[in-house]
Amino acid sequence: MGKKMSDTAVNNMGTQAQKLAAENNPLITADGIPLKQKLAKTTRKMKMRALLLTMPLVLFIIVSFVIPIGQMLHRGFYNPAVSNVMPNFSIAIKDWDETTGEMPSDEILKVFVEDLALARKNREVGKTVGNMATRINYELPGSRSLFTKTARRADKITEGPYLDELIAIDKKWDNHNLWRTVKRASNDYTISFFLAALDLKYDENGEISRADPLYQIYVPILMKTLMLSALITFLCFLIAYPVSYLLSTLPLRTSNLLMILVLLPFWTSLLVRTSAWIAMLQTEGIINDIMVYLGIIGDDGRIQMIYNQTGTVISMVHILLPFMILPLYSVMKTIPPSYMRAAKSMGATNSYAFRKVYFPQTIPGIAAGTLLVFILAIGYYITPALVGGSDGIFISNLIADHIRKTLNWSLGSALAAILLVVVLIFYWMYNRLVGVDKLKFG
Amino acid sequence: MQGAEKNNMAVNKSATDTSYVRFENVQKSYDGEVLVVKDLNLDIQKGEFVTMLGPSGSGKSTCLMMLAGFEPATHGEIFLDDRPINTVPPHKRGIGMVFQNYALFPHMTVAENLAFPLEVRGMSRSDQEDRVKKILDLVELPQMAGRRPAQLSGGQQQRVAVARALVFEPDLVLMDEPLGALDKQLREQMQYEIKHIHENLGVTVVYVTHDQTEALTMSDRVAVFEDGVIQQLSSPESLYESPQNSFVAQFIGENNKLNGVVEKVSKGICQVRTDDGTLLHAEKVNVEGVGDKTTLSLRPERIELDPPKGTKNVVKGRVEELIYLGDHIRVRMNVAGNSEFIVKVRNRADKRPLKEGQDAKIGWLAEDCKALDYVGQL
Amino acid sequence: MKLTKLLSGSAIGLAMIMSTTSANAAGDLTVVSWGGAYTKSQVEAYHKPFIEKTGVNIKSEDYNGGIAEIKAQVEAGNVTWDIVDVELSDAIRACDEGLLETIDHSTLPAGANGKPATEDFLPGTLYDCAVANIVWSTIFAYDKSKTPNGPKTMADFFDAAKFPGKRGLRKGAKVNLEFALMADGVAAKDVYDVLATPEGVDRAFAKLDTIKGDVVWWEAGAQPPQMLADGEVSYTTAYNGRIFNAVAGEGKPFEIVWDGQVWDLDLWVIPKGAKNKDTALDFLKFSTSTEQLAAQASYISYGPARASSSPLVGKFHNADIDMGPQMPTNPANLTNAVQNNFEFWADNADQLNERFNAWLAQ
Repeated sequence: MGKKMSDTAVNNMGTQAQKLAAENNPLITADGIPLKQKLAKTTRKMKMRALLLTMPLVLFIIVSFVIPIGQMLHRGFYNPAVSNVMPNFSIAIKDWDETTGEMPSDEILKVFVEDLALARKNREVGKTVGNMATRINYELPGSRSLFTKTARRADKITEGPYLDELIAIDKKWDNHNLWRTVKRASNDYTISFFLAALDLKYDENGEISRADPLYQIYVPILMKTLMLSALITFLCFLIAYPVSYLLSTLPLRTSNLLMILVLLPFWTSLLVRTSAWIAMLQTEGIINDIMVYLGIIGDDGRIQMIYNQTGTVISMVHILLPFMILPLYSVMKTIPPSYMRAAKSMGATNSYAFRKVYFPQTIPGIAAGTLLVFILAIGYYITPALVGGSDGIFISNLIADHIRKTLNWSLGSALAAILLVVVLIFYWMYNRLVGVDKLKFG
Repeated sequence: MQGAEKNNMAVNKSATDTSYVRFENVQKSYDGEVLVVKDLNLDIQKGEFVTMLGPSGSGKSTCLMMLAGFEPATHGEIFLDDRPINTVPPHKRGIGMVFQNYALFPHMTVAENLAFPLEVRGMSRSDQEDRVKKILDLVELPQMAGRRPAQLSGGQQQRVAVARALVFEPDLVLMDEPLGALDKQLREQMQYEIKHIHENLGVTVVYVTHDQTEALTMSDRVAVFEDGVIQQLSSPESLYESPQNSFVAQFIGENNKLNGVVEKVSKGICQVRTDDGTLLHAEKVNVEGVGDKTTLSLRPERIELDPPKGTKNVVKGRVEELIYLGDHIRVRMNVAGNSEFIVKVRNRADKRPLKEGQDAKIGWLAEDCKALDYVGQL
Repeated sequence: MKLTKLLSGSAIGLAMIMSTTSANAAGDLTVVSWGGAYTKSQVEAYHKPFIEKTGVNIKSEDYNGGIAEIKAQVEAGNVTWDIVDVELSDAIRACDEGLLETIDHSTLPAGANGKPATEDFLPGTLYDCAVANIVWSTIFAYDKSKTPNGPKTMADFFDAAKFPGKRGLRKGAKVNLEFALMADGVAAKDVYDVLATPEGVDRAFAKLDTIKGDVVWWEAGAQPPQMLADGEVSYTTAYNGRIFNAVAGEGKPFEIVWDGQVWDLDLWVIPKGAKNKDTALDFLKFSTSTEQLAAQASYISYGPARASSSPLVGKFHNADIDMGPQMPTNPANLTNAVQNNFEFWADNADQLNERFNAWLAQ
């Protein structure tokens, strides 16, 4: 920084000759210190102060944002459940070559049984057989009880051949793929959760393959999330554009009043607003009641408008509308009416002037609004959870399910990381198409 | 005010069938309570350069907007080429317009801006290019075609704005304070350029400004607006030389005022007794007759120091302040009870220098002093 | 060490966002349960007598089930819940993962008839870390004022042609798959054997497909009686106690159909490292005694987990309704019934819920 600054200083002084002289023979201040050094010294204090002033924010962002996000990304790859529970076995199993078709050797299985018995005895929080069983069950559904059951009897096994002893407890142990899965899971770092998040899995031969179509959920829901978000964004745009135009052309006093009406829902709790939509849209709700009263539909023909996609779209359009109106309004307010007048004075009709002169100038606002609404919509959680019903849920709801209900945090993290990547991809595409520097939020 | 009404009548009388733009009894109100334009009558001849001059809020811009079609007239009719245009939408009026802040479309290049009115008219691409090139040559910006307005200097933007208003060859061009955003030097240069373009193309120009120098420099005729009424409509010269009322005298150029009462009128000259008892002679312009209160208007450069014998008005005054301005010396004097009386004295070697606090004898011709409507206490 | 705590704390924070945990005042016993009529029955039958007897203050908190909060508290080393009412599958999983204190069954009080606890408790109600208090059931119900000749069997519930109208089902694979198989003619005792095969799962989903368009999904136990009352659905699966309380407490004209019921247990567990572990254990012993379990049954129609409590079960606390026939464990209600198989669900819940969600989203 200091170097750069003094360079510019030299440049400003003028001629090429001077610059050359400066390079060969550095400028020196009155007390004999080279100018660059002196300058760096005098600006250091300022820089230190600037650093100190931003420090609280930087720390806050690191603690509240960077670390959790980093942790989330890490957790998607890192799951040490097996090595935590069976530290010796997870090292021993590395010696087993699963490609030969042989089962693990007796020494390895001895370590397995010992580790299992020890873990069962210790019952240390986070390092129990249950934790490990849960982890392996993710990859091999139905194997959970096999581990918990075997662990209960592991201390009874005192001598080999261990494989036979295990098979005596449950014949499921006689399964090459089971051991392959165990070996894979005993690696602390794994891509299994990202595979699962993309509806992929390791098949019986250890190859990555597509999940059974009946069990494919995350990619379809992600696609649906994107589609519905795009629809919501488009509807927000359709509604917000004329409203913003009106607001931007009205006198300040009136537009401020109307702006409060736009912002009022903004200041109301999200839950309250969503609940209000439930009251409005449910089959026994206000809108259906009115339509029945007016005779538009029969009492038995009430329309299902909530607990499905329609409900999600309607309430999310409402909730996200201000995020579209505000940037549009702030951009439109800066477009003086003289542009439209100029276009008309040159012979353009209203619609021609709008298309060629007004609309192109609102593009930065449209860009900001659509990006904002779309990215907010992709990550929306509460509204789809409350009114989405069966087919109106978003990918965030599945993430929340894994964080809160199934406690499969690794899968939740992998899904969240994929969502993050998708958002970044959209941001990047957007930057290529529109240019982020064109964004205008107001 | 009486004078102003007289003037409006005069305009009416001069109205002929050859007028190109005509305002007939036009009134405008935005809120239904206050008239911004009060009963406006105005005729503009084809090829004329008419300036609407007045302080802000005087109604001049509103008149221009009504002519352009952006504001409807509340009452009255506007004619363009003998056609009533009140119901004609702006885009069908074929009037070129230069806006205060140019209103160049920021998302288009200069060439696209200039081609816009041609595009609207469905002109072929090659014709558009020819026209744009020609007009850019006219405003001396041939290299700027590919630039965006934001990349141009203020003066260049101004020229593009003028070019855009002219490129589709309208017969009438309106300019709404087009030079307001430029610095003084550039403004003067642009005044001449616009004047020359007007002379070369022969278009009719209606120009709105609050700057009297601009108005005097460029216009064939100037309409001085105040309080929604045209106070005087005449050539720059007669506006300065023969102001019809005190407002115009005060608004255009520098002006000394003296209050008094008319004692006698003969052959267009009145004798006026000023408030401190001095008797002065002035041309009767805007007073009724004997006994009327009047404000006399007198240009500072028409006052002679040590006037020659026979000068009609000779008074004594005390020199209060001297300001040296190179080519002339501004002398502030206390004359006939007015301590803000300004005299411009040419800087001549053969004249004895004045000193502050001394008394001096000054004088002026009766024809240079106008007896106008009384404006009240100075 | 501190840093790693902080780090894991921030991730756990994610899970805690929705939890209603608050700091526990020292000495107060924090008892966590499912809220609504169920918690009310526990307050009447357990809390009040316990406070009277010991002078210990009890703070009652509600939650929505699952072990997310317990896990978060135990792993963060800040356990504010002292004793929690959980479902069996959650109790087993939490116990497996070392999140719970083990409970010595020999210290549990003997039954009123003198039988030791291990014999007095019904079979399959005592676990290493959990002691059952009640038997509850998922049944289906309808409004008989609107449908006088309502469905009689689980097959009827799944018969959209015979019984048109909206149906409420809990959003999730558990119980619904059992219902579907029974409706499709699988005998109650064979349900889990069939469900353990891929064909059985396909069969269950195929049966669910037949009513998919008519289903309104519910998630909280309070929803089904509300949906029935609102007319939002014509028939709905529900927890039997919720429907009973709507009938007995609010006089709603609901009818419970016991055919095909899937019954389950609620159990007390003590999170590992609970601040008031000893008091919590005292409370556990007190509340699962013969008298207290019988007393609870007069507030809600859930069956006591002790055999010795059954003879003491009387009438509803404020109405002349015999509670015996309202219990899931009443022999007449058990003619075609399944006990929820916690082991099956522990093994298969993740996979079947994934398939269920995929099926829902189709």
